[in-house]
Amino acid sequence: MIEIKNLQKSFDGIKVLSAISATFERGKTSLVIGESGSGKTVLLKCLLGLHNYDLGEIKFDGINYKNISDKEKMGLKSKIGTVFQGSALFDSMNIEENVMLPLKMFNNYSNDEMLDRVNQVLKRVNLENTNKKMPSEASGGMQKRVAIARAIVNNPKFLFCDEPNSGLDPNTAIIIDNLIKEITDEYKIVTIINSHDMNSVMEIGEKIIFLKEGNKEWEGSKHTIFKTDNESVTNFVYSSNLYKKVREMYIKNS
Amino acid sequence: MIFFHNIGLYFIMLKKMFYKPTKWSVMRQLIIKDTEDTVVNSLGIISFVSFFIGGVITIQMALNMTGSLYPKYLIGFATREIIILEFAPTIISIIMAGKVGSFITSSIGSMRVTEQIDALEVMGVNSINYLVFPKVIAMLLYPFLISVAMFLGMLGGMAACIYGGYSTVDNFITGIQTEFIPFHMTYAFIKTFVFGLIIATVPSFHGYYMKGGALEVGKASTTSFIWTCVCIIILNYILTQILLG
Repeated sequence: MIEIKNLQKSFDGIKVLSAISATFERGKTSLVIGESGSGKTVLLKCLLGLHNYDLGEIKFDGINYKNISDKEKMGLKSKIGTVFQGSALFDSMNIEENVMLPLKMFNNYSNDEMLDRVNQVLKRVNLENTNKKMPSEASGGMQKRVAIARAIVNNPKFLFCDEPNSGLDPNTAIIIDNLIKEITDEYKIVTIINSHDMNSVMEIGEKIIFLKEGNKEWEGSKHTIFKTDNESVTNFVYSSNLYKKVREMYIKNS
Repeated sequence: MIFFHNIGLYFIMLKKMFYKPTKWSVMRQLIIKDTEDTVVNSLGIISFVSFFIGGVITIQMALNMTGSLYPKYLIGFATREIIILEFAPTIISIIMAGKVGSFITSSIGSMRVTEQIDALEVMGVNSINYLVFPKVIAMLLYPFLISVAMFLGMLGGMAACIYGGYSTVDNFITGIQTEFIPFHMTYAFIKTFVFGLIIATVPSFHGYYMKGGALEVGKASTTSFIWTCVCIIILNYILTQILLG
């Protein structure tokens, strides 16, 4: 479980996150949604330790990130998998080497053992026999799946995804969403996803947090988001005519 | 203020380079790759430039020593002094700042832009050690490159001297051997070692701490080349004053 309490972050005196509190549970896909500039990525980077937050606390399974030694932080980081918005695959390495890197860094497995594990996770994301391809030879969807494979290769306890289906066609986006959901269920991971994509919200949003101008404006799930009368949420989620109609239908039927 | 801030940040980067080292099995591969990228792949251009500049130096020396008072061996002597003292260590380093330095800045800068450095940090890897340290180790082989430049510079000088008819082989070789001061080689290699560290670290600094997108990667490469040259020129003066002054 990840707990955030009164998390605050500002850049050059401008508040980007204002007293955010939330809990993210194991085995659930939690989505953080909001407009561009609402603080989603900053929140994610604070959770990942890429930004130092000003006030508040972050607890990973009850352990406060700020109160642990560097060695313990290393141990914690080995349990974190991350999927970046642009996949962040290493250009100079092929797919196999990209996925193998976290294993090389944190374990003392033999080459054969590492290769077995890499093949196992590549199979899990439906990328068998692509080991020797370079990232530049892979499509956007493939790159995202490699990034997911790299994120889960060390059996992480926490998975963070920053807009995992941005730039993908709707079909591939749904495949990626479902893959993340399945992996979360299968490995019982705490998964936090930053997203703009309303399809993701409706498909896999077991917990949804809506941020607006650095504040937590609303919290719910894919079921309660249809019924909310929070104007900011409805303006954001149901901005398109299609989703407005979907909502009307849902309310009428229920 | 930004200038002093950046100097401080540069030294902090150097300190962080030795903190939380990457596993040796991974680091070994990085060192081999960076040695190939920085030193081995520069052999061709350095050999080409050294040979022909050596020839040009010799021709210019010969044309400036046309009087009967000048012994012919002075052409070889002057060529050797120029190549060992200044051309090989300093001018080749400025060429390397352009070739290797901009490669280092753009490769690290691209990694910053595409969040690859963030990905390393999230994995618990000290990204400065992972990216900069192997380049510094690779550049420890830089004196080898300069030795090649010295040899080919003098070979080019000899070829130009003979084929241009400015002097004989014997005269040129006598000139190369005349009043040879071994400390000049020590001086040249001390400079080479220092410039090698500058070529590895200053461009890394500009790539690592760059902000923005693809356009800024190009700008960072240009800035890094300018600052690497500035550092080389200033340190060249300081080292020459200390060692030869």
